[in-house]
Amino acid sequence: MALEINGTTYEQDEEGYLVDLGSWNADVATALAAEEDVELTDEHWDIINFLREYYEEYQIAPAVRVLTKAVGKRLGKEKGNSKYLYSLFPYGPGKQACKYAGLPKPTGCV
Amino acid sequence: MATKKFMFVNRKAPYGTVYALESLEVVLISAAFEQDVSLAFIDDGVYQIAKGQDTTGIGQKNFSATYKALGDYEINKLYVEKESLEERGLTLDDLMDLTWEDEDDDYEEKPSIHLVDRADMAGIMAQQEVVISF
Amino acid sequence: MAMLHIVNKSPFERVAFESCLNHASAGDSILMIEDAAVGAVKNTRFSESIEAALKDKSVYVLSGDLAARGLSEDRIITGVTAVDYAGFVDLTVDNDTTQSWL
Repeated sequence: MALEINGTTYEQDEEGYLVDLGSWNADVATALAAEEDVELTDEHWDIINFLREYYEEYQIAPAVRVLTKAVGKRLGKEKGNSKYLYSLFPYGPGKQACKYAGLPKPTGCV
Repeated sequence: MATKKFMFVNRKAPYGTVYALESLEVVLISAAFEQDVSLAFIDDGVYQIAKGQDTTGIGQKNFSATYKALGDYEINKLYVEKESLEERGLTLDDLMDLTWEDEDDDYEEKPSIHLVDRADMAGIMAQQEVVISF
Repeated sequence: MAMLHIVNKSPFERVAFESCLNHASAGDSILMIEDAAVGAVKNTRFSESIEAALKDKSVYVLSGDLAARGLSEDRIITGVTAVDYAGFVDLTVDNDTTQSWL
Protein backbone atom coordinates (compact mmCIF):
# COMPACT_ATOMS: atom_id res chain seq x y z
CA MET A 1 0.00 0.00 0.00
CA ALA A 2 1.09 3.57 -0.55
CA LEU A 3 -0.22 7.12 -0.32
CA GLU A 4 0.44 9.64 -3.07
CA ILE A 5 0.52 13.29 -1.98
CA ASN A 6 1.73 16.08 -4.26
CA GLY A 7 3.94 13.71 -6.21
CA THR A 8 5.54 12.10 -3.14
CA THR A 9 4.89 8.44 -2.36
CA TYR A 10 4.47 7.34 1.27
CA GLU A 11 4.70 3.61 1.82
CA GLN A 12 2.14 1.97 4.14
CA ASP A 13 2.02 -1.47 5.72
CA GLU A 14 -0.86 -3.87 5.08
CA GLU A 15 -2.98 -2.17 7.75
CA GLY A 16 -2.32 1.33 6.46
CA TYR A 17 0.33 2.38 9.00
CA LEU A 18 3.17 4.51 7.67
CA VAL A 19 6.31 2.41 7.14
CA ASP A 20 8.79 5.28 7.59
CA LEU A 21 7.99 7.30 10.72
CA GLY A 22 10.37 10.02 9.61
CA SER A 23 8.45 10.76 6.42
CA TRP A 24 5.33 11.89 8.31
CA ASN A 25 3.95 15.40 7.96
CA ALA A 26 0.59 17.11 8.54
CA ASP A 27 -0.53 16.44 4.94
CA VAL A 28 0.07 12.74 5.46
CA ALA A 29 -2.09 12.79 8.59
CA THR A 30 -4.88 14.56 6.71
CA ALA A 31 -4.66 12.07 3.83
CA LEU A 32 -4.60 9.03 6.14
CA ALA A 33 -7.70 10.37 7.89
CA ALA A 34 -9.42 11.11 4.58
CA GLU A 35 -8.93 7.44 3.58
CA GLU A 36 -11.22 6.62 6.52
CA ASP A 37 -13.61 9.53 5.80
CA VAL A 38 -12.42 11.52 8.81
CA GLU A 39 -11.84 15.25 8.66
CA LEU A 40 -9.27 16.29 11.26
CA THR A 41 -10.35 18.97 13.75
CA ASP A 42 -8.27 20.81 16.38
CA GLU A 43 -9.44 18.19 18.87
CA HIS A 44 -8.02 15.41 16.70
CA TRP A 45 -4.76 17.32 16.33
CA ASP A 46 -4.40 17.69 20.13
CA ILE A 47 -4.33 13.91 20.40
CA ILE A 48 -2.15 13.37 17.32
CA ASN A 49 0.43 15.89 18.56
CA PHE A 50 0.35 14.36 22.02
CA LEU A 51 1.03 10.91 20.56
CA ARG A 52 3.95 12.16 18.52
CA GLU A 53 5.50 13.82 21.57
CA TYR A 54 5.00 10.66 23.62
CA TYR A 55 6.67 8.56 20.96
CA GLU A 56 9.56 11.03 20.68
CA GLU A 57 10.17 10.76 24.42
CA TYR A 58 9.58 7.04 25.07
CA GLN A 59 10.01 5.40 21.65
CA ILE A 60 6.65 3.64 21.90
CA ALA A 61 3.02 4.43 21.18
CA PRO A 62 1.17 4.40 24.51
CA ALA A 63 -1.50 1.82 25.30
CA VAL A 64 -5.05 3.24 25.31
CA ARG A 65 -5.23 3.17 29.10
CA VAL A 66 -2.00 5.16 29.32
CA LEU A 67 -3.16 7.57 26.62
CA THR A 68 -6.48 8.20 28.38
CA LYS A 69 -4.80 8.97 31.68
CA ALA A 70 -2.15 11.20 30.12
CA VAL A 71 -4.68 13.14 28.04
CA GLY A 72 -6.73 13.74 31.19
CA LYS A 73 -3.72 15.13 32.95
CA ARG A 74 -2.57 17.23 30.00
CA LEU A 75 -5.81 18.41 28.35
CA GLY A 76 -8.25 18.26 31.26
CA LYS A 77 -10.42 15.64 32.97
CA GLU A 78 -13.35 16.08 30.53
CA LYS A 79 -11.08 14.78 27.74
CA GLY A 80 -9.34 12.07 29.73
CA ASN A 81 -11.96 9.39 29.19
CA SER A 82 -12.54 6.75 26.57
CA LYS A 83 -15.95 8.17 25.60
CA TYR A 84 -14.36 11.41 24.45
CA LEU A 85 -11.46 9.66 22.70
CA TYR A 86 -13.80 7.21 20.94
CA SER A 87 -15.97 10.11 19.77
CA LEU A 88 -12.91 11.45 17.95
CA PHE A 89 -11.50 8.10 16.85
CA PRO A 90 -14.38 5.61 16.57
CA TYR A 91 -12.11 2.75 15.36
CA GLY A 92 -10.18 2.96 18.62
CA PRO A 93 -8.01 5.87 19.80
CA GLY A 94 -4.90 3.70 19.94
CA LYS A 95 -5.17 2.22 16.48
CA GLN A 96 -6.66 5.10 14.57
CA ALA A 97 -4.93 8.09 16.17
CA CYS A 98 -1.55 6.35 16.03
CA LYS A 99 -2.08 5.69 12.35
CA TYR A 100 -2.75 9.37 11.59
CA ALA A 101 0.23 10.34 13.77
CA GLY A 102 2.46 8.13 11.63
CA LEU A 103 3.32 5.82 14.53
CA PRO A 104 3.36 2.04 14.62
CA LYS A 105 0.33 0.30 16.14
CA PRO A 106 0.61 0.40 19.96
CA THR A 107 2.28 -2.61 21.54
CA GLY A 108 -0.38 -4.97 22.83
CA CYS A 109 -3.05 -3.55 20.56
CA VAL A 110 -4.57 -6.25 18.35
CA MET B 1 -9.76 -12.12 35.74
CA ALA B 2 -8.00 -12.88 38.96
CA THR B 3 -4.87 -10.86 39.62
CA LYS B 4 -1.67 -12.84 39.84
CA LYS B 5 1.82 -11.90 40.88
CA PHE B 6 3.89 -11.86 37.70
CA MET B 7 7.63 -11.40 37.65
CA PHE B 8 9.74 -10.86 34.55
CA VAL B 9 13.37 -11.76 35.17
CA ASN B 10 15.90 -9.95 32.98
CA ARG B 11 19.36 -11.51 32.78
CA LYS B 12 20.86 -10.35 29.46
CA ALA B 13 22.59 -7.18 28.31
CA PRO B 14 20.65 -5.23 25.66
CA TYR B 15 21.45 -5.22 21.89
CA GLY B 16 23.78 -8.27 21.74
CA THR B 17 20.74 -10.55 21.75
CA VAL B 18 17.03 -9.84 21.31
CA TYR B 19 15.99 -10.98 24.83
CA ALA B 20 15.94 -7.54 26.48
CA LEU B 21 13.70 -6.00 23.82
CA GLU B 22 11.40 -9.03 23.71
CA SER B 23 11.04 -8.93 27.48
CA LEU B 24 10.19 -5.24 27.43
CA GLU B 25 7.49 -5.81 24.81
CA VAL B 26 5.93 -8.65 26.80
CA VAL B 27 6.02 -6.50 29.94
CA LEU B 28 4.17 -3.68 28.16
CA ILE B 29 1.58 -6.12 26.83
CA SER B 30 1.13 -7.71 30.25
CA ALA B 31 0.18 -4.30 31.67
CA ALA B 32 -3.00 -4.42 29.60
CA PHE B 33 -4.18 -7.43 31.63
CA GLU B 34 -3.97 -5.54 34.93
CA GLN B 35 -1.80 -8.04 36.74
CA ASP B 36 0.54 -7.40 39.64
CA VAL B 37 3.72 -7.07 37.59
CA SER B 38 7.26 -6.72 38.86
CA LEU B 39 10.61 -6.82 37.08
CA ALA B 40 13.88 -8.28 38.29
CA PHE B 41 17.23 -7.17 36.90
CA ILE B 42 19.95 -9.65 37.75
CA ASP B 43 23.24 -10.71 36.12
CA ASP B 44 23.83 -8.83 32.83
CA GLY B 45 20.18 -7.68 32.90
CA VAL B 46 21.32 -4.66 34.94
CA TYR B 47 22.85 -3.16 31.76
CA GLN B 48 19.33 -2.83 30.29
CA ILE B 49 18.58 0.11 32.58
CA ALA B 50 22.05 1.69 32.46
CA LYS B 51 22.12 5.46 32.04
CA GLY B 52 23.46 7.14 28.89
CA GLN B 53 23.00 4.32 26.36
CA ASP B 54 24.00 5.53 22.91
CA THR B 55 23.39 3.16 20.01
CA THR B 56 24.41 5.46 17.14
CA GLY B 57 27.64 3.46 16.73
CA ILE B 58 25.90 0.11 16.25
CA GLY B 59 22.93 1.16 14.13
CA GLN B 60 20.27 -0.34 16.42
CA LYS B 61 17.22 1.33 17.89
CA ASN B 62 17.91 2.65 21.40
CA PHE B 63 14.96 1.35 23.42
CA SER B 64 16.25 2.46 26.82
CA ALA B 65 13.85 5.45 26.87
CA THR B 66 10.93 3.01 26.91
CA TYR B 67 11.83 1.87 30.46
CA LYS B 68 10.92 5.42 31.52
CA ALA B 69 7.36 4.80 30.30
CA LEU B 70 6.86 1.82 32.63
CA GLY B 71 5.62 4.13 35.38
CA ASP B 72 2.75 5.22 33.09
CA TYR B 73 1.85 1.53 32.79
CA GLU B 74 1.73 1.25 36.59
CA ILE B 75 4.77 -0.99 36.55
CA ASN B 76 6.75 0.42 39.43
CA LYS B 77 8.42 -2.53 41.12
CA LEU B 78 11.81 -2.83 39.45
CA TYR B 79 14.08 -4.92 41.66
CA VAL B 80 17.78 -4.57 40.95
CA GLU B 81 20.23 -6.99 42.53
CA LYS B 82 23.05 -5.34 44.46
CA GLU B 83 25.58 -8.13 43.90
CA SER B 84 24.96 -8.11 40.14
CA LEU B 85 25.81 -4.39 40.04
CA GLU B 86 28.90 -4.83 42.20
CA GLU B 87 30.27 -7.73 40.16
CA ARG B 88 30.11 -5.43 37.12
CA GLY B 89 31.71 -2.38 38.72
CA LEU B 90 28.39 -0.53 38.68
CA THR B 91 26.41 1.39 41.29
CA LEU B 92 22.85 2.71 41.51
CA ASP B 93 24.17 6.02 40.08
CA ASP B 94 24.94 4.24 36.81
CA LEU B 95 21.26 3.40 36.31
CA MET B 96 18.53 5.57 34.80
CA ASP B 97 16.32 7.53 37.14
CA LEU B 98 13.10 5.54 36.75
CA THR B 99 10.06 6.87 38.57
CA TRP B 100 6.28 6.68 38.68
CA GLU B 101 3.62 9.22 39.63
CA ASP B 102 1.47 8.28 42.59
CA GLU B 103 -2.05 9.43 41.71
CA ASP B 104 -3.20 8.90 45.29
CA ASP B 105 -0.45 11.13 46.61
CA ASP B 106 -0.90 14.29 44.49
CA TYR B 107 1.04 12.79 41.57
CA GLU B 108 4.22 12.71 43.57
CA GLU B 109 7.13 11.16 41.69
CA LYS B 110 8.41 8.08 43.45
CA PRO B 111 11.35 5.84 42.56
CA SER B 112 10.55 2.59 40.74
CA ILE B 113 13.97 1.03 41.26
CA HIS B 114 14.45 -0.96 44.44
CA LEU B 115 17.95 -2.16 45.24
CA VAL B 116 17.84 -5.57 46.92
CA ASP B 117 20.49 -8.08 47.85
CA ARG B 118 20.61 -11.60 46.44
CA ALA B 119 18.88 -13.20 49.41
CA ASP B 120 16.01 -10.68 49.24
CA MET B 121 15.74 -11.20 45.49
CA ALA B 122 15.38 -14.94 46.06
CA GLY B 123 12.66 -14.21 48.60
CA ILE B 124 10.76 -11.91 46.22
CA MET B 125 11.02 -14.52 43.46
CA ALA B 126 9.66 -17.19 45.80
CA GLN B 127 6.50 -15.14 46.37
CA GLN B 128 5.59 -14.99 42.66
CA GLU B 129 2.81 -16.98 41.03
CA VAL B 130 4.19 -16.65 37.51
CA VAL B 131 7.87 -16.09 36.69
CA ILE B 132 8.99 -15.50 33.12
CA SER B 133 12.72 -15.38 32.56
CA PHE B 134 14.53 -13.76 29.65
CA MET C 1 51.72 -16.06 13.75
CA ALA C 2 49.63 -13.46 15.53
CA MET C 3 45.95 -14.15 15.87
CA LEU C 4 43.03 -11.82 16.42
CA HIS C 5 40.48 -13.32 18.82
CA ILE C 6 37.01 -11.81 18.53
CA VAL C 7 34.67 -12.35 21.48
CA ASN C 8 30.98 -11.38 21.48
CA LYS C 9 29.64 -13.03 24.66
CA SER C 10 29.49 -11.40 28.08
CA PRO C 11 32.13 -12.89 30.41
CA PHE C 12 29.55 -12.81 33.19
CA GLU C 13 27.20 -15.09 31.33
CA ARG C 14 29.18 -17.55 29.23
CA VAL C 15 32.58 -19.21 29.43
CA ALA C 16 33.49 -18.30 25.82
CA PHE C 17 35.48 -15.24 26.92
CA GLU C 18 37.34 -17.14 29.62
CA SER C 19 38.08 -19.97 27.20
CA CYS C 20 39.39 -17.45 24.67
CA LEU C 21 41.79 -15.98 27.24
CA ASN C 22 42.93 -19.48 28.18
CA HIS C 23 43.75 -20.31 24.56
CA ALA C 24 45.22 -17.04 23.26
CA SER C 25 49.01 -16.92 22.89
CA ALA C 26 51.50 -14.18 23.75
CA GLY C 27 51.47 -11.50 21.07
CA ASP C 28 47.84 -12.17 20.10
CA SER C 29 45.12 -9.54 20.09
CA ILE C 30 41.69 -9.84 21.70
CA LEU C 31 38.75 -7.71 20.58
CA MET C 32 35.56 -7.43 22.60
CA ILE C 33 32.43 -6.74 20.56
CA GLU C 34 28.65 -6.83 21.18
CA ASP C 35 27.84 -8.19 24.68
CA ALA C 36 31.52 -8.91 25.36
CA ALA C 37 32.12 -5.13 25.55
CA VAL C 38 30.95 -5.17 29.18
CA GLY C 39 34.13 -7.12 29.98
CA ALA C 40 36.28 -4.04 29.30
CA VAL C 41 35.17 -2.23 32.45
CA LYS C 42 37.37 -1.69 35.54
CA ASN C 43 36.66 -3.24 38.94
CA THR C 44 34.44 -6.08 37.86
CA ARG C 45 34.40 -9.76 38.76
CA PHE C 46 36.22 -10.35 35.46
CA SER C 47 38.66 -7.42 35.27
CA GLU C 48 41.58 -9.34 36.82
CA SER C 49 41.48 -11.84 33.95
CA ILE C 50 41.77 -8.98 31.43
CA GLU C 51 44.60 -7.39 33.42
CA ALA C 52 46.45 -10.71 33.37
CA ALA C 53 45.95 -11.02 29.61
CA LEU C 54 47.33 -7.51 29.08
CA LYS C 55 50.77 -8.65 30.30
CA ASP C 56 51.56 -10.30 26.97
CA LYS C 57 48.54 -9.63 24.72
CA SER C 58 46.78 -6.59 23.27
CA VAL C 59 43.17 -6.08 24.26
CA TYR C 60 40.62 -3.95 22.40
CA VAL C 61 36.94 -3.08 22.73
CA LEU C 62 34.58 -1.81 20.03
CA SER C 63 33.54 1.70 21.11
CA GLY C 64 30.00 1.60 19.66
CA ASP C 65 29.12 -1.50 21.66
CA LEU C 66 30.48 0.07 24.84
CA ALA C 67 28.42 3.25 24.32
CA ALA C 68 25.26 1.27 23.52
CA ARG C 69 25.43 -0.29 26.99
CA GLY C 70 25.82 3.07 28.72
CA LEU C 71 29.53 2.55 29.45
CA SER C 72 31.85 5.51 28.86
CA GLU C 73 35.44 5.02 27.71
CA ASP C 74 36.86 6.45 30.94
CA ARG C 75 35.63 3.31 32.72
CA ILE C 76 37.67 0.80 30.77
CA ILE C 77 40.64 -1.06 32.22
CA THR C 78 43.96 0.76 31.80
CA GLY C 79 45.74 -0.79 28.84
CA VAL C 80 42.57 -1.75 26.96
CA THR C 81 42.13 0.26 23.76
CA ALA C 82 38.76 1.39 22.39
CA VAL C 83 38.51 1.08 18.61
CA ASP C 84 35.86 2.00 16.03
CA TYR C 85 34.88 -0.10 13.01
CA ALA C 86 37.90 1.18 11.03
CA GLY C 87 40.13 0.05 13.91
CA PHE C 88 38.39 -3.35 13.80
CA VAL C 89 39.31 -3.64 10.12
CA ASP C 90 42.92 -2.64 10.87
CA LEU C 91 43.14 -5.39 13.49
CA THR C 92 41.99 -8.04 11.04
CA VAL C 93 44.62 -6.82 8.57
CA ASP C 94 47.42 -6.61 11.14
CA ASN C 95 46.92 -10.18 12.33
CA ASP C 96 47.65 -13.29 10.29
CA THR C 97 44.49 -15.09 11.35
CA THR C 98 41.21 -14.39 13.06
CA GLN C 99 39.20 -16.57 15.37
CA SER C 100 35.64 -15.80 16.50
CA TRP C 101 34.71 -17.22 19.91
CA LEU C 102 30.96 -17.65 19.47
